[in-house]
Amino acid sequence: MAGVTLASRYSIQEVIGVGGMGSVYRARDMHFPNVTKLVAVKEMINSAPDPLVRQTIVQNFEREANLLATLNHASIPRINDYFSLDSRSYLVLDFIKGKDMEAIISDTNGFLPEEQVLGWAVELCDVLEYLHRHKPDPIIFRDMKPSNVMINSNGDVVLVDFGIAKTFQTGIKGTMIGTEGYSPPEQYRGEATPSADIYALGATIHHALTRRDPRLEPPFSFAERPLRRINTSVSSELETVVNRALEYNPESRFSSAADMKQALLGVAKKTGALGRLKTQTTPIAQAGGIKPLWAFKCEDEVRGTPTIHQGVLYIGSYDNNLYALNAADGKFQWKYPADGGIVSRPALYDGNIYFGSEDKRLHVVSARSGKVVWTYYTEGPIRSSPRIAEGHAFIGSDDGYLHAVNLNSGRVSWRFEAADAVRSTPFVMNDLVYIGCETGDYYAVDYRGELKWRFHAKRAITSSTVGSASTLYFTSVDGTLYALDPKNGWPLWRFRLGKASISTPCIIDDLVFVGAADGFIYAVDTRNSKEVWRYRTEHQVNGSPVIYKDSLYCGSVDGNLYCLEYRTGRLRWKFGTQGAITGSPLVYDDIVYVGSTDHQVYALLA
Amino acid sequence: MLKNFFDGLFGKKTPPEKTQDVTQTAPLTEEQIQTIVNNQNPHFDLQQLLASCGQSVGKQRELNEDSLLALTATMAGNSGNLPFGLYIVADGMGGHQFGEVASNAAIRAVAGHILKKFHPYLFQVKTDTMDESFQEIMLEAVRDAQRIIQREAPGSGTTLTAALVIGQQVTVAHVGDSRAYFVFPDGRIEPITRDHSLVKRLEELGHITPEEAVNYPHRNVLYRALGQGELLDPDIFTIAFPQPGYLMICSDGLWGVVAEQDIVRSVVEAPSLQRACQNLVSAANAAGGPDNISVVLAQLIG
Ligand SMILES: Nc1ncnc2c1ncn2[C@@H]1O[C@H](COP(=O)(O)OP(=O)(O)O)[C@@H](O)[C@H]1O
Ligand SMILES: [Mg+2]
Repeated sequence: MAGVTLASRYSIQEVIGVGGMGSVYRARDMHFPNVTKLVAVKEMINSAPDPLVRQTIVQNFEREANLLATLNHASIPRINDYFSLDSRSYLVLDFIKGKDMEAIISDTNGFLPEEQVLGWAVELCDVLEYLHRHKPDPIIFRDMKPSNVMINSNGDVVLVDFGIAKTFQTGIKGTMIGTEGYSPPEQYRGEATPSADIYALGATIHHALTRRDPRLEPPFSFAERPLRRINTSVSSELETVVNRALEYNPESRFSSAADMKQALLGVAKKTGALGRLKTQTTPIAQAGGIKPLWAFKCEDEVRGTPTIHQGVLYIGSYDNNLYALNAADGKFQWKYPADGGIVSRPALYDGNIYFGSEDKRLHVVSARSGKVVWTYYTEGPIRSSPRIAEGHAFIGSDDGYLHAVNLNSGRVSWRFEAADAVRSTPFVMNDLVYIGCETGDYYAVDYRGELKWRFHAKRAITSSTVGSASTLYFTSVDGTLYALDPKNGWPLWRFRLGKASISTPCIIDDLVFVGAADGFIYAVDTRNSKEVWRYRTEHQVNGSPVIYKDSLYCGSVDGNLYCLEYRTGRLRWKFGTQGAITGSPLVYDDIVYVGSTDHQVYALLA
Repeated sequence: MLKNFFDGLFGKKTPPEKTQDVTQTAPLTEEQIQTIVNNQNPHFDLQQLLASCGQSVGKQRELNEDSLLALTATMAGNSGNLPFGLYIVADGMGGHQFGEVASNAAIRAVAGHILKKFHPYLFQVKTDTMDESFQEIMLEAVRDAQRIIQREAPGSGTTLTAALVIGQQVTVAHVGDSRAYFVFPDGRIEPITRDHSLVKRLEELGHITPEEAVNYPHRNVLYRALGQGELLDPDIFTIAFPQPGYLMICSDGLWGVVAEQDIVRSVVEAPSLQRACQNLVSAANAAGGPDNISVVLAQLIG
């Protein structure tokens, strides 16, 4: 359309918005050759094949034009012209230089400041009051929402889109008028009153302050996600006002936009006075005040994950040792020296401890004495943890094989050749062994070492798999959390993470949790793959989260161990170490154990 | 009581003796199927997906605005053959003939999109799995349908409840107030979709009781429908096919008219899926048939 001149007058420059019935363009009005007068041209394409429908659409369009012509308010664009060409109709409006609020919300990282949203809300109350007091009949805007509110270059609001009546007709099944998500219950029944606009304004403020789009939530669910639960920086005063605007019963809301404006000004006064004093009242229980029950210092970084058995904690370190510590007090029991770093998680079976080391070996050591039972050589460093099943230890190696080692003989039964290094830990379920490798290939191998099926991710799969009877979950460096059918490898869903991930997911109820290099811990619904919450840490999350009772524990490269409420993602406490946490914590008997690159192993009350 | 209705109705429509013969759409005979069902053996490798459907304009409407699709096939997966099923019910709304246009367009668009994606697996031998996930394919299919309806029949809308069955995984896309259920042989019935209707939402919020909901004046108002709204957010989820059990998809012409327990009985007691569908349609008509009736039943055995 750019370059086209409409009605020999409006020279189209570019598309500035898309709406339900067509585009909105910025155009230059050529009747003013000596000045650049810009206008907004709103196009409506009437493509309905049915003549009756076409007629209704045209009527609605003319209604919008005629209505605008009678209005005169600083927050409403003036209409300059309207005309129809073939099956298209056009409204010519003052061009508003700025952005609509929806674009502002999505272009802003984090939350908009309360003062800013408050200022807009006050102006929106003014323009609503003007419309509601319109004579002879009040005008109900009926479609208040962020995309219909523009913020001009002065920072003032302008209400656009008076075309609500679009093409709604009462069919056999009723249809709604207005925008689902922002509209109050009575509007779904076909009623439109000033109070409906007040509700929608409340919904608009809610969206602006929480970034949660109500069109993606069940209707009338604002009470389930109060402002301050999502955005802790909002004042309780403002939350009270927004709640009142969003009351289910129209009688319980503000009786007029003017009333709501007064209440908003009251908030501004109060919070303005508090101004700089505003303290963050986060529900962090004794943050920083957590003392470990004990800590044990190794000679190098601890990047692995511990295992516990009969009161003894086993954990490997970059100092090449596997340590056995008394779980109750951290007292040293014994250590076993490998010839390379130990970054994995030891497995315990029948009185022996199994673990791989960067010295290329799978070591088997007596849990009691720390004496070696046997070792098995692969041809590459081992970063994968062993999985014991069916009389075998399954373990991956950087040599590019999955090894199945017989527990009795210490000899290999078979090796399965992967495309590249296998750093993930094999997952065993329903007679199949599942592993990912560094090319992004993912395999299901049966107990004879034969490939059952294969799947391919775009980048490395370093994360290990967790699974339920009907689904496998793992992440990839391609930044995706995958859910596959364990029987045949078909992808059920994919969830986009902000960045690469090598974190192994964990599952409970209908939730799957995982960390990523973007620093977030994510909770995703296993059925519909929607994000339930995400929690931001200060650095990459490479370890796996674990669930214990109603908490989630997860370390971050920022050095903290986080304890979150797993249903909501709310922070309970965090514990800072002096190094990065890259392994996973272990929770047992109300105690959390975790290693850090500050060389220490910590035990904390869960 | 219900049985009398059926008997009376079958007398008028298709005699039951005949239906036995004309309804052999499954590759196995009833006896064979029954044997497999009875010996449900976890190591029986070959799975069979069976389906049937039923439809009626009802007794009070002139037009049928419902649309329905039931497609069952076998797909060459990368670990042997896999059952493939696509079952859709759409209930159109809006003035003029537009409801019908919308529901029809929805089925065409959704099924067209999905079959295009699965074409290489259904009609050629392809052994790799797809990149796109079932849920993504469903979402795109719904978005396609949304665009097409807004273009072909602006102002109209339709419900859409679609189930894509691959192996034991059922991926459902749902908008509006048609429903998908799991029906179990022990008499349980479990809706797996949630109506996007005003009345259901008010009930969920506790503003009206289930009893009030039955006679609520705005029963038909939907807050989400295909073809309407600028930001359509369909419910899309994946669950395991019930075994033993049935997947049922129907329009409100059935679930709004026939009590759940009667639905279960019709399904569980019928000698075949075909008969079960006929019985369900007849029960809805016997109860007055106030609206178009559509139902699809599917069963995974082996
Ligand atoms: N007068 C205007 N000046 C600048 N941009 C505008 C103007 N009117 C509308 N827009 C932009 O176009 C978008 C769609 O316009 P709107 O009138 O809301 O159309 P629809 O009725 O299709 O929703 C708005 O969200 C806004 O970004
Ligand atoms: Mg708009």
